[in-house]
Amino acid sequence: MRLRHILTTAAAGALIASAAHAERGEDGQLNIIYWQAPSTLNPYLSGGTKEVEAASLVIEPLARYDENGDMVPFLAAEIPTQENGGISEDLTSITWKLKPDLKWSDGTDVTAEDAVFTWEYCTHPEGGCAQASYFDGVKSVEAVDPQTIKITFDEPKPFPYTALVGSESPIIQKAQFQDCLGARAPECTEENFGPIGTGPFTVAEFKPNDVILFEASETYREPDKPAFASVLFKGGGDAASAARSVLETGEFDYAWNLQVEPEVLTAMEASGRGEVVSAFATSVERLHLNQTNPDPSLGDQRSTVEGGEHPFLTDRKVGQALSMAIDRTVLVETGYGAAGQPTCNVLPAPELYASTANDGCLVQDMEGAKALLEEAGWTDEDGDGVREKDGQRLSVLYQTSTNSVRQGAQALIKQWWNELGVEVELRNVDANVFFGGDPSSPDTFQKFYADIEMYTNNFAGVDPEAYMADWACDAIPGPSTQWQGTNIQRFCSEEYDALIRAMATEADIEKRGEIAKAQNDLLMQSYSIIPLVWRGNPSAISATLQGVRMNDWDSEMWNIADWTRAEPS
Amino acid sequence: MLNFTLRRLLMAIPTLIVISFIIFALLDLAPNDPTGDLPLTIPPEVREQIRLSLGLGEPFHIRYLKWLQQFMVNEPLNLLEQWTGWSIGDSENRLRITSWATRSPVVDLIAQRLPQTLWVVGMSYVVGILIAIPIGVISAYKQYSWFDQFGTFFSMIGFSVPTFFTGLVLILVFSVNLGWLPMIYDTRLEVRDLGSFWAQVKQMIMPVTVLALFNAAQLSRFMRASMLDNLSQDYVRTARAKGMKERVVLLVHVLRNSLIPVVTVIALGIPTIFSGAIITEQIFRVNGLGQLLIIGIQGADIPLVQTLTFIFAILIVLFNLIADVAYGILDPRIRYD
Repeated sequence: MRLRHILTTAAAGALIASAAHAERGEDGQLNIIYWQAPSTLNPYLSGGTKEVEAASLVIEPLARYDENGDMVPFLAAEIPTQENGGISEDLTSITWKLKPDLKWSDGTDVTAEDAVFTWEYCTHPEGGCAQASYFDGVKSVEAVDPQTIKITFDEPKPFPYTALVGSESPIIQKAQFQDCLGARAPECTEENFGPIGTGPFTVAEFKPNDVILFEASETYREPDKPAFASVLFKGGGDAASAARSVLETGEFDYAWNLQVEPEVLTAMEASGRGEVVSAFATSVERLHLNQTNPDPSLGDQRSTVEGGEHPFLTDRKVGQALSMAIDRTVLVETGYGAAGQPTCNVLPAPELYASTANDGCLVQDMEGAKALLEEAGWTDEDGDGVREKDGQRLSVLYQTSTNSVRQGAQALIKQWWNELGVEVELRNVDANVFFGGDPSSPDTFQKFYADIEMYTNNFAGVDPEAYMADWACDAIPGPSTQWQGTNIQRFCSEEYDALIRAMATEADIEKRGEIAKAQNDLLMQSYSIIPLVWRGNPSAISATLQGVRMNDWDSEMWNIADWTRAEPS
Repeated sequence: MLNFTLRRLLMAIPTLIVISFIIFALLDLAPNDPTGDLPLTIPPEVREQIRLSLGLGEPFHIRYLKWLQQFMVNEPLNLLEQWTGWSIGDSENRLRITSWATRSPVVDLIAQRLPQTLWVVGMSYVVGILIAIPIGVISAYKQYSWFDQFGTFFSMIGFSVPTFFTGLVLILVFSVNLGWLPMIYDTRLEVRDLGSFWAQVKQMIMPVTVLALFNAAQLSRFMRASMLDNLSQDYVRTARAKGMKERVVLLVHVLRNSLIPVVTVIALGIPTIFSGAIITEQIFRVNGLGQLLIIGIQGADIPLVQTLTFIFAILIVLFNLIADVAYGILDPRIRYD
């Protein structure tokens, strides 16, 4: 503490002496805490957020996304578009130009060969590259000249900013990784723990699952940055104590992903050492309403298209009534605080793609919901508090993963639905099993052996094309695909599939926005998905830290080169 | 005695092989998926590729035998090479047990974390023993005195209040309110001079206290019971009748005899030092073996968990043997042959 005090005072002195001219490394050490510790610094071998973000201090992509989801060139000189000739007329290739005089931290030049190598590295069939989907549809990556990278696609790609864009597909150095292709990738421990990069910091020490020390890179392209001489990146423990170390004791400057009860964070913020800031991207906590029949008596055909329709959840009025009965504001206040907002869309952002057509759901309407069910013929005739129609009772099994916030939400929703006249049985499954995707387990979210399930999903990057294609008819999971498939609620509509095809050929960004909104509205009005909470990523930032622009579209550390120590007041 | 030890050592081999199979099979059959923790944005085809690259495509018995060979042959050879600098066989291409999360050799991860665990958890064990023995002795000698009542109260608290609670209370008092001690263990700290030594002491105080309280609570009860057993025996009366000083009676005659069962308990507890104190290490972010194990479990890093668990199993078998042998050495009435 005292050392830091001296350093900040010294830094402040330097600032007064030459206020306009900041220098590299003058702000001493920055302390960051992630309560999940990075296991490696090679994001291609891990895919976990913690590894991607830790590595983003060192290795960089051609372009990143800023806090609004707009692209910012990093290693690229500019963003290629059709206007500036960077994207071919037929949409099958994109040509990136590197910034001049880029250097790796070992002093060698960054060339287009490194980008080509990165593509080869991640697409090697034996490598098990976690980010392989960023290179989907890429036919080739060529080095036209040392400064120019040409990426060619198998077919016209209206949104070509996937490969080598964003924190998940950064460029790695060919010279360092060339012996680590394919099956040899995991054996390159030294390389994976200390990648050579172009970013503002270099790895000085890496202890897996524990701590990383970064030092300011000598060769970073902006001579006066970064302001911090070193970054201590500590991992492990739990979210609440990570928040405490920033907000209450001040031992750390930045704590990531604080999934803690909102009232706990508010109490910690009261000591005035820092604040909690959330970044919102595309994560939505939602309910999926099974459109197929999960009845156990169907045996192998349970929850499959072959097993037939759900007895009542395909009735839109039932779905709509279930949605109207929920008070989303209460769910946010009790479970999320600053880290959530009520939402009525499964695609809440970027702004261009966000629909406003469904905002009616923001206000709870219990009476309206009851009336809707009455009108649809769902009435409680035997007086047991549960509505029925033609002998079919409105009784649902509602499952989610084990997590205190989710169980809190389940209890609230059960209460509202009971009031509506729906019988609810709750169930929760360990997250490892629920999301584990083991085809032999009956408890995965893909198998969906329940009527309703709740979880969060999102998409990486800013373009929703692939995400919205999740709900195509042919993406329905089933035994024939080993239960792989993204259309979890088994929604199928010819109209929707037509919109997916339209999206795949449309290059105009405004029109893409229109299509995405239409897709969202179609899904919402089918009531097969009921969105609940738009989830942000809350992080605690010390009052002595300046320049943080919270971002959920890219690494939270995306602009760490611009972070500075605030002058002590 | 030597015969007995050898026989027990030989017996340990089939025991350990059975244990290794059970551990491997249990963890392998558990519904765990190393890609389960990854963001949902990573598509299933990519997940399948990752699983294949981790070697999950091979059948169970092949994976078990591979792991066993790596554990029993490759890793010991590797350690030998590191210590001696020799090169035995084709050491370049010898397969080592690799963690799925870090993609680095498991044994290196363990070696990196062992010192912190030995320091923090080992120290707490020593401190716990040093507190427990005097408390046990005095409590027994002055049975039902206010000291004994207090000792009972203290050990009940230490025994029944979980470490995640005492740890949190200490953090709130000493880090948040008073600001005296750091709440996060600096694992990069190297003791070079007095200043850094003091920093090391400061960051060890809270985790050591939490664990020592727990250990002392348990041991002091054993100590007290064992002392009470001995105090009422005839040889104590004889010693007093011979006119020996009370100090000598207590500390030489009774204490030595009472320590025999306590030493066994202490020896049996030593493997728990190595397994770390999972919760305490997690709370204070000490990068010990306990934390490594819990991270491995959470991330479904099966090779790491299998290896760590098996090492603990070996230690438990070994220290059981040591406890038996120590018992024989300390107590001349007990002979195994």
